[in-house]
Amino acid sequence: MELKVLQLDQLNDLIQVLIMDDYQLIGPKVKDGVISYDSIKSSSELPIGIIDHQSPGKYALQNIQSSRFFGYTVSPYSWKKYLYPPVQSLFKVNRNGKGISFEVTNDEPRYAFLGVRGCELNAIKIQDKIFLKGNYIDPNYKRRRELSMIIAVECFNTCETCFCDSVGSGPEIPDGADIVLTEIFEDGDHYFLARSETEKGQDIFNHLKLNDADDKHVLIKDAQLERVRTQLKRRVQTTGLKSNLMANPDHPRWDEVAERCLACSNCTMVCPTCFCMTVEDVNDLDGTTDRQMRWDSCFTSEFTYIHGGNTRESVKSRYRQWLTHKFASWQDQFDSLGCVGCGRCITWCPPGIDITEELEALSIPSNQYKKGE
Amino acid sequence: MGNNRPKLAVWKFASCDGCQLSLLDCEDELLAVAEAVQIAYFPEATREVVEGPYDVSFVEGSVTTPHDEERIREIREISGIVITLGACATSGGIQALRNFADVQEFTNIVYANPQYIDTLDKSHPISDYIKVDFELRGCPIDKYQLLEVVISLLAGKRPNIPTHSVCMDCKLKMNTCVLVAGNEPCLGPVTQAGCGALCPSYNRGCYGCFGPQDSANTDSMTEVWRHLGVADETILQAFRGFNGFLEPFKGASERLE
Ligand code: SF4
Ligand code: SF4
Ligand code: SF4
Ligand code: SF4
Repeated sequence: MELKVLQLDQLNDLIQVLIMDDYQLIGPKVKDGVISYDSIKSSSELPIGIIDHQSPGKYALQNIQSSRFFGYTVSPYSWKKYLYPPVQSLFKVNRNGKGISFEVTNDEPRYAFLGVRGCELNAIKIQDKIFLKGNYIDPNYKRRRELSMIIAVECFNTCETCFCDSVGSGPEIPDGADIVLTEIFEDGDHYFLARSETEKGQDIFNHLKLNDADDKHVLIKDAQLERVRTQLKRRVQTTGLKSNLMANPDHPRWDEVAERCLACSNCTMVCPTCFCMTVEDVNDLDGTTDRQMRWDSCFTSEFTYIHGGNTRESVKSRYRQWLTHKFASWQDQFDSLGCVGCGRCITWCPPGIDITEELEALSIPSNQYKKGE
Repeated sequence: MGNNRPKLAVWKFASCDGCQLSLLDCEDELLAVAEAVQIAYFPEATREVVEGPYDVSFVEGSVTTPHDEERIREIREISGIVITLGACATSGGIQALRNFADVQEFTNIVYANPQYIDTLDKSHPISDYIKVDFELRGCPIDKYQLLEVVISLLAGKRPNIPTHSVCMDCKLKMNTCVLVAGNEPCLGPVTQAGCGALCPSYNRGCYGCFGPQDSANTDSMTEVWRHLGVADETILQAFRGFNGFLEPFKGASERLE
């Protein structure tokens, strides 16, 4: 659809239209010292002038005294926390008299996600494949996903940890958003370029009086995206990646990384594509049971527990599972990489283990590899 | 459940009573618990004593005297299931700090008449003496974990007590990581979950109350703390806390000596 201009004061109009339309608006704001995707009621709650610095094992915010709304990159927790919450009740079992009864309560949230980045939309599309395709569809994910609206915002900054470009997940916004915004600062002018991509998005646009953009705007927008692309320094070499990883289960690098890895699971928890979960029964003294699903991780020993023990005892085997799943076996399973280059697992890893560095080291043939390279 | 209510006893060894208090702290649930089990021996709560044997014995505290050694063996004999409560019973507790030093020297300094002191060289976890059926970690234990154990006993299922890191719970709660975003030394990555990531939820690093998680990589944790600028002496003391005598915390602190 055609490109429009959304003036600064119309950003709040957009938010209000969404709220009037019964959407629960989720957008970025500063909370607990980080950019958090949280409930937003007005544009004044957005992280105005705040940017983030992310590097291996480090995160910090900075106020750059600017009026920019979307200057940060990505928040610690992705949109996954809404579409696929960390703990979900599947059903309750109540004891009544001699029998039992089952109770299912479905939440019906209508989320509007404001500020979805290119890598993040790609992550949502990957999770769509996991939960919505094939024989086993997750009805809870399906309901939340169908009701939600995505307002993507193109990146203006990158962090040291970003590498979307090299895994084909950004910085441009892929198909799948309802509305795409680009925040422009040009010659003292500050406004947004806006495009609706679906009927849902167009319905919202119809409530706003937006002027058409012109060719000059398209050039500005393209130039901004190109500038962002050249800022991305971290890379993953994807050619031959799968075959190399699968051919090297005994590479000496696995032992080295296992010495650093804390098996703490932070990486998988913050990853927007990781989807593993476990099922637990939470019982009450009065006999009611809540069957819950909660996020799990291949870094825990319980993860592979089967009768008689667990199959991945060493941290080395768990790290190898994580990396080979993301970059190799995921391709067989879902026909894409399991990584969108958001960098979260690098930032939130306490020892700062960097998957791109590990992949590079693993690409050196074992017999030529020297420790600590 | 009528007369089939399991008979429960609560025993105390060297400890601060904090874990027993966690049991009493289940105020809202206590009535339901008292209905579901027969509290037969629990001096902290009631003077009434029902003679053994007992279906379930909860044991708080560590073994520190020859008399304790005898008592714990007797308890094992009159108990169906033995469950230890808390860091003292499971790892020797904070009093296991003496395991790294000479107890005789301490007693000579502290007591006017050390000849009356009859104590062991070390503070021992209960499992050094008897078979323990289940160990509940924490300093103190978490009341929800305790309830989970009681409920599971009654339901005949395995209690849902994960052995993974505190970080998992931190992430499930959507906490901001105080280590990464606050440069705060945190033992969460090597510590077993159970408290619901209590300290990180209040902007503090984890103190390791629940002891090592099942795959704790303590040497890497040491390196991470060094990177944060923490002195080796302080790292040593952090590992030598409530669970300092439990491997791999023990080894990690010894390597920092
Ligand atoms: S593997 Fe890491 S960089 Fe890739 S999508 Fe997951 S968190 Fe982001
Ligand atoms: S990397 Fe691990 S946690 Fe993530 S999806 Fe794969 S197996 Fe699951
Ligand atoms: S790679 Fe990092 S975040 Fe992931 S389990 Fe290992 S230490 Fe934790
Ligand atoms: S605050 Fe501590 S426990 Fe929580 S994620 Fe960070 S390192 Fe782990």
